[in-house]
Amino acid sequence: MEESKVINKYKLVIVGGSAGSLNALMQILPSLNALNAFALVIVLHRRSTDDMTLEELVKIKTITPVKLVEDKVKLEPGFIYVAPANYHLLFEADDRLALDISEKVNYSRPSIDVSFESAAQVYGSQLVGILLSGSNADGTEGLKYIQKLGGTIIVQDPKSADMPFMPNNAIANMTPDRILDIEGILDYITNINT
Amino acid sequence: MIEDIELETLINDIYEYYGFDFGSYSRASLKRRVNRLYQLDGFTNFYEFLSKVRYDSDYYKRMIDEITVNVTEMFRDPHFYKIVRTEILPLLATKPFIRLWHAGCSTGEEVYSMAILLKEANLLHKSLIYATDINSKVLETAKKGIFPLRMMKEYSENYRESGGQEDFSSYYIANYGIAKFDDELASKMVFSQHNLVSDNSFNEFDFILCRNVLIYFDNDLQKRVINLFDESLATLGFLALGTKETIKYSISTTKYKQLEKEKVWRKVR
Ligand SMILES: C[S@@+](CC[C@H](N)C(=O)[O-])C[C@H]1O[C@@H](n2cnc3c(N)ncnc32)[C@H](O)[C@@H]1O
Repeated sequence: MEESKVINKYKLVIVGGSAGSLNALMQILPSLNALNAFALVIVLHRRSTDDMTLEELVKIKTITPVKLVEDKVKLEPGFIYVAPANYHLLFEADDRLALDISEKVNYSRPSIDVSFESAAQVYGSQLVGILLSGSNADGTEGLKYIQKLGGTIIVQDPKSADMPFMPNNAIANMTPDRILDIEGILDYITNINT
Repeated sequence: MIEDIELETLINDIYEYYGFDFGSYSRASLKRRVNRLYQLDGFTNFYEFLSKVRYDSDYYKRMIDEITVNVTEMFRDPHFYKIVRTEILPLLATKPFIRLWHAGCSTGEEVYSMAILLKEANLLHKSLIYATDINSKVLETAKKGIFPLRMMKEYSENYRESGGQEDFSSYYIANYGIAKFDDELASKMVFSQHNLVSDNSFNEFDFILCRNVLIYFDNDLQKRVINLFDESLATLGFLALGTKETIKYSISTTKYKQLEKEKVWRKVR
């Protein structure tokens, strides 16, 4: 058999969610193994009054290393990055993250649509977008755009979501590549690039 | 949506026709802002948009207003202002005269917040606050000290969280949906246009604040600006950046000592 160089299909997995998504994430993170040659970016809506930052919460839930997000930090495979509160999270062509304090979008900052669209522009077909539980419409436009640029999109099965509105809204507006429950999502992430 | 190459064409044209250099701005943010405007104004053809920008200087002005981000707040990140109150101002208080510089001050909310802190620390009379921005329109607003009344509830909560003890509403007069801040606060402010891309140092300061401006620049321009601040900062002076910004990619940090967990650095040598 001829030996061929392994080409990793995906460079980035971006996860978005709102109400109820933290719960989903907290179930996924503890079972997450080393990320296979891709970076994982998490963009969740949270109340700005929460004591612990999402970054800190994620850190204590997983053995996968979490890189502190600061402006222009380099996105590296194998690491988790968490969008900070009160900024939109954008992607630069040279694999760096950029922050932006412009107006809220969909009443949110970070907005999932904003990050999904920016990620799609940089990563195209090397991107997986995952949308979790939530009770508003943020994320739908972003997923559509990821799909348009050749990326893969996954929506949490509304039946498994604490707040089914957000995944339902996505499903009503496009055809995701997969609709998966928590376990399915975990399984999918674990098998990326294998 | 416009293509990367189209964005570069636009950046080149803006420089050629108007002399403004966006070449070192973060592409991710610029692209998003330009796309937003392009859609908002109903363009479907990039070259139509481009020639509008080239030949219609009023439209160019609109574009600049729309693609630069001027969002700001009073006492944004109250914890930062608490540190200013408790750790920085007491150290500056011993000086006979205090010079501050807000670079990228936008419509001035931050500058008025600082003036309030200085006043409460009984330092305003011996302070001078330079506030600069590239955008002349936001400076006009800043000079007036007039902000939307509907924001005052949030600002007064921020103020309280920052350790403010006074009645926040005593600092402004409310009138028809606007809040006009006390002239005494503005009496120690000097507003002027200054471009961080191309202008030089113009004074020596004890405290420089440049919050949420560097995020719109690429690494090279960030370096330039941090060095400009370094030149403009007195020894033992302070430099404050936004909560997600850092000097560590731009300058040798041995010259600076970071205040614990804050985006504030003291120039130690
Ligand atoms: C997001 S605002 C920051 C306002 C305030 N410092 C804060 O943190 O709330 C960014 C400001 O930087 C200004 N700016 C952008 N490019 C600049 C440049 N080259 N020189 C000076 N100011 C600039 C913009 O006009 C805008 O007012």
